[in-house]
Amino acid sequence: MNNRTDIRPGSTMERVNANLARRYAKERRFRRMGMGAIIISLLFLTLLFSSIISNGYSAFWQTSIQLEIHFKAETLDPDGSRDPGLLSAADYSSLVKGALRGIFPEVKKRKERRKLYALVSSGAAFRLRKMVMSNPDLIGSTARIWLPADDDVDMLVKGYIDRDKPEAERRMKDFQIAWLERLQREGRIEKRFNTTFFTAGDSREPELAGIYGAVMGSVFTLLITLALSFPIGVAAAIYLEEFAPVNRFTDFIEVNINNLAAVPSIVFGLLGLAVFINFFGLPRSVPLVGGLVLTLMTLPTIIITSRAALKSVPPSIREAALGIGASRMQTVFHHVLPQALPGMLTGAIIGMAQALGETAPLLMIGMVAFIVDIPAGMMDPATALPVQIYLWADSPERAFVERTSAAIMVLLTFLMAMNAVAVILRKRFEKRW
Amino acid sequence: MINKRTLLAAALAVAATSATAASRDYISIVGSSTVYPFATVVAETFGKSTRFKTPKIESTGSGGGLKLFCAGVGVEYPDIANASRRIKKSEYEKCRKNGVSEIVEIKIGYDGIVIANARNSGRFDLTRKDLFLALARQVPDPRGGEKLVENPYKSWKDVNPNLPATRIEVLGPPPTSGTRDAFTELAMEGGCKKIGWIKAIKKTDKRAYKSICHTMREDGAYIEAGENDNLIVQKLEANPNALGIFGFSFLDQNNDKVQGALVDGVAPEFEAIAEGKYPVSRPLFFYVKRAHLGKIPGIAEYLAEFSSEKSWGDEGYLTDRGLIPMPSAERRKFATDAKELKSLEM
Repeated sequence: MNNRTDIRPGSTMERVNANLARRYAKERRFRRMGMGAIIISLLFLTLLFSSIISNGYSAFWQTSIQLEIHFKAETLDPDGSRDPGLLSAADYSSLVKGALRGIFPEVKKRKERRKLYALVSSGAAFRLRKMVMSNPDLIGSTARIWLPADDDVDMLVKGYIDRDKPEAERRMKDFQIAWLERLQREGRIEKRFNTTFFTAGDSREPELAGIYGAVMGSVFTLLITLALSFPIGVAAAIYLEEFAPVNRFTDFIEVNINNLAAVPSIVFGLLGLAVFINFFGLPRSVPLVGGLVLTLMTLPTIIITSRAALKSVPPSIREAALGIGASRMQTVFHHVLPQALPGMLTGAIIGMAQALGETAPLLMIGMVAFIVDIPAGMMDPATALPVQIYLWADSPERAFVERTSAAIMVLLTFLMAMNAVAVILRKRFEKRW
Repeated sequence: MINKRTLLAAALAVAATSATAASRDYISIVGSSTVYPFATVVAETFGKSTRFKTPKIESTGSGGGLKLFCAGVGVEYPDIANASRRIKKSEYEKCRKNGVSEIVEIKIGYDGIVIANARNSGRFDLTRKDLFLALARQVPDPRGGEKLVENPYKSWKDVNPNLPATRIEVLGPPPTSGTRDAFTELAMEGGCKKIGWIKAIKKTDKRAYKSICHTMREDGAYIEAGENDNLIVQKLEANPNALGIFGFSFLDQNNDKVQGALVDGVAPEFEAIAEGKYPVSRPLFFYVKRAHLGKIPGIAEYLAEFSSEKSWGDEGYLTDRGLIPMPSAERRKFATDAKELKSLEM
């Protein structure tokens, strides 16, 4: 059949055959280019992830120093009253200093002692205070306690400070390294899991800084965003798609919703500043205002995806419902909406994920701030996760570099989890007609 | 159903707002990103060692902070503004117009601006005049005469034969930054003044003088690297030929990676800046709204913490962060101002 002799010269088949090789080559080229594009984007993605992970994984461990702390009754509770006010005001750093002097009795000079005390984080005293406050029976006893080391010590132990550099160019001097090596020989230095990172608010001491405050800020902000943008967005979509007459006015609204979806997010921040803070007089830096601003930002996304989900429900379902006597309202709420809901939820989750990663609008309403206390509600000052990353990236202390990457990893985990939920919802409930 | 419940929740939230907006139990601070690293340390110590809540500190830049600060009196306005320069007469006037008539000015110390490059290349020995000639948009004609030309210099050797023959490439902050303001004022104008006939212009046409001395070149030799000083340090490490401009605290933290250039023969070191020998350094301030004292809990105690020797003293914890302390007489003066809440007169 395919014998070349069968083809008459000048026939269509001959022209087709002549082009065939070129057409195949063209297709191969296109496929290769497509593969190339995917490989390049994957390469960049791995580059991004590996740089973040290699920079950040070490932040999940924190160097700690083990000290014998003697909870001296005469420093903490001289009159034995166990009065919480007195216990809270006592000088706990002297306990740490005493323990360090016990290990290094030969350090006598004031200046050297200052350097010695600086090996342990200033947060150690607060940790001891917390221990005593929750368990006053500790007073009078001696215990071996792991306390967080200073960020410079942490950087040295983790190998971020080069010991081979000339002494003048290092933040850790030779005698400090000698002390640390002695502690290391005695087994008093250990890298322990950094729970502080997950349980504390922001701090200017890298070893005491955590993302819990920022996570809570993000949670409150997103709760408000979800509570407002999902019902409003879905209601708007249902009305526009199912009930609204098609005329110039609804066309105009539709075009504007699409335009709003493309507006840079900082503009919503400015709007929020003008409306919620300056006009309604809501306080700055609170999750309530953040949530309202992010609602404005995610609304168009939710409306557009919800309308697409409604559109994908086949008209036959509506016609069947109407045909057996359901009202329009019943048709929508009993038949169309259940079919469209998975798609709407997916859209909402993707909108939420976008809102979670947003910093620009929060800048204008004062959520880019140093906040130590963990927010307990929507009216407490708070930051959000991406803002915390931005603030740490701008801090001079070296130890914040790894913490920045670690916070990025946490943020990415949240984003991936949210996107995974969206994928699962779609897989589970989506119907194809 | 969902709709009703969320509407209710929203209504409750708004109701809660109007109840809480009337009071605030934490100090609200805004202002300079240069003062931010110091103010936050004080705020954290204050929050941990007293019964008060930790103050909230926004990094808005000096100008943006003073604008918010001067907007009025009341819980919705900040109590304290940090600034990496002194308050301007126009800002002071605006404050008065909005009812913020009594402001306490506290100087907290000094900050040096360093011009640094990577450790693995040679150390620069610059004068302010070199910096002006290398970075200004218009410079005096190298062939002589009192005429300005577009900056023709390509390498440092063209500017000054004693400098290396590398291309001029300086990474620095954008115009919104206080560091940039201080750099143009202290380094650029400082070098500009050295040229006699330009200095003479100041008497006749102040505006023209300012535009000559303060305008940076835009042909790629000066690169705006954003507000993030850490990024500049990283870029310097990757590019040994580039110089970077940033605050002293970043040099202090990254001493193993970068080195500060000598300016007019003085190295950017702690003592030299403290003694006022290093020419590119500036004072840092914060401003307190007197009307808020007694209304917002903890302001007086925060001032006491900031102005104590253990924070801004010669061996205080702020010096560990790179703040250059004031001489002790000046510290005493401002500590008394903080205690007595002396109002600023302008």
